[in-house]
Amino acid sequence: MSDAPLLDVRGLGISFLIGGGSVHATQDVSFSVQPGERVGIVGESGCGKTITGLSLLGLLPRATTHVAGQAMFEGENLVGLPLSRMRHVRGRKISMIFQEPMSALDPVFTIGQQIGETILTHFKVDKKQARERAIEALASVGIPSPARVHDSYPHQLSGGMRQRAMIAIALVCEPKLLIADEPTTALDVTIQAQIIDLLMELSAKQGTALLFITHDLGVIAETCTRMITMYAGQVVEDAPVDSALVRPRHPYTSGLLRSLPRLSARGAVLPSIAGRVPTLRDMPTGCRFAERCAHRQEACAAPQVIEPAGGHLVRCWRHGELVLPGALTDREAAA
Amino acid sequence: MSARAILGRLLGVIPTLLITWTFVFGAMRLVPGDPVLLMLQGTPISDSAMEAARAKLGVDRPLVVQYASFLANAAVGDFGDSFRSRQPVTKLIAAEFPKTLELALGGFLVGVVLGTTLGVMAGVRPNGWVDTLCMTTALVGLSLPSFWIGMILIQVFATQLGWVPVLGSGWDALILPSITVGLFLAGGLARLTRNSIIEVMGQDYIRTARAKGLTTVRVVAKHAMRNAMIPPLTLLGIQFALLIGGAVVTETVFARPGIGKLLVQAVLEKDFPVVQGIVVLTTGVYVLINVLIDIAYGIIDPRVQE
Repeated sequence: MSDAPLLDVRGLGISFLIGGGSVHATQDVSFSVQPGERVGIVGESGCGKTITGLSLLGLLPRATTHVAGQAMFEGENLVGLPLSRMRHVRGRKISMIFQEPMSALDPVFTIGQQIGETILTHFKVDKKQARERAIEALASVGIPSPARVHDSYPHQLSGGMRQRAMIAIALVCEPKLLIADEPTTALDVTIQAQIIDLLMELSAKQGTALLFITHDLGVIAETCTRMITMYAGQVVEDAPVDSALVRPRHPYTSGLLRSLPRLSARGAVLPSIAGRVPTLRDMPTGCRFAERCAHRQEACAAPQVIEPAGGHLVRCWRHGELVLPGALTDREAAA
Repeated sequence: MSARAILGRLLGVIPTLLITWTFVFGAMRLVPGDPVLLMLQGTPISDSAMEAARAKLGVDRPLVVQYASFLANAAVGDFGDSFRSRQPVTKLIAAEFPKTLELALGGFLVGVVLGTTLGVMAGVRPNGWVDTLCMTTALVGLSLPSFWIGMILIQVFATQLGWVPVLGSGWDALILPSITVGLFLAGGLARLTRNSIIEVMGQDYIRTARAKGLTTVRVVAKHAMRNAMIPPLTLLGIQFALLIGGAVVTETVFARPGIGKLLVQAVLEKDFPVVQGIVVLTTGVYVLINVLIDIAYGIIDPRVQE
């Protein structure tokens, strides 16, 4: 991975302007994605992972949000990119799929119309060619009768089919990066696996990098090579998935991994992380996780910097001394 | 909507129509005043002549008989002759209807274009200065009385500037009345459209449309407007039906003939057949428009069909 990153986010800070003041939703978020790489962003609801994804495409409401920092993508800074330029990134170079495939598709247009307009926006083709290409795209996401689905409305399809259609829309222009925001959360378990397999297969085939935003560690473990843990608007750990599963360096990552239900742990009490995420208005100046952390010491009240540690990036000054459990033991990982 | 569903919808309104007609029939006869006496306007007349006149108009018959004959004749499109002019009601209405229809269409056009434009502009960026400007304009259109707007328009554009005639039967004489009617329509429509657009703009599929790289104009004109259309469409249907019943104030200010004026005059003179004929016409149009709107719902939003 010595090549230049496809996406390089540095110091991304998103704040919401509310009633004359502003609150920081994310602060100093930095990470990068290599071409074709599959990266997961994991964290609880409200940790800032979804708005980080939205901010990359300028999809946050401009009037009420302020985005600081930079996000370099193919030599352009996506932060503050004028709409006239951003339009050519959206759907063409970076696509996004969302959690709820029913509400994310426009109910009054056919699937074909919704794929077709993406094609017509980014390529100089006529309507007939767009139709052929749309049907091809639907076939490529494993939809059994693509021509029929092309002329169907979203409400006529099942949840899984809708998400497949959504993926077809997102990938029809063969983007370099696909941001998938909880793409399987609203689906049945059996369908979830199919959708994940599909995303893996297509991203590998097209060489599309994946930025997987989810609270589901299982999904990340299965799909991604690297995982970024976010907590209360900050990146607390950035590590290769294999290494993080066995030996997380940040107490929060460890807590998340240990609260994963496992078949082998039947009957045992599932560990959970006590307490709640601090609210945006009274964010501690020191470690944001300290209040819930079993390894807290006085020095945790000081602001924490993110620093390299054994191939990880960790925002915890005790990373050197703590040996934290992951989801798998060394022996399980070896097996 | 299938043809069968449309037919069902049309048959389903028959009770509504019957109730409305019965109500109007009864109300006209409950109001004090005798059509013959009103026609005489104080001229003395003998009792026998009075009886003869009442018999000639058919108002001496029991109410039930009058009602039955009204329904039976209306069913074959015969509404009788006007008490006053002795002309067939259908002929009187046919003479006024084109004038009313052209004003309704003109006012409707102004209202739709203006109301939709103001509403969409306001709703796309709510709470900004464009929003304030559009909504103030809408409120002005809604609050100012039609007679006042009409007179000001005549004064400025016809009398002072001389751009359009005050009276006449050409298309240019239709401009000011259409604006007068349209401003009122636009006011209500703009407010409803704004709210509908604001709601739709917050939906996930709008975010998807933007994420695909569509221009803002396309996102609004295609995705937002089509989804936001249903509430305003319902309002428009009702308003158009009301306009077919005549815009009395506007007709009066601009000295235009029309169904509205015909109706007011007929009510005052207790010219029962004319009132009944107009009520049957307007209720019929109302029902027809509602069915058309139902069909339109199905075209705009495919989920309605199932």
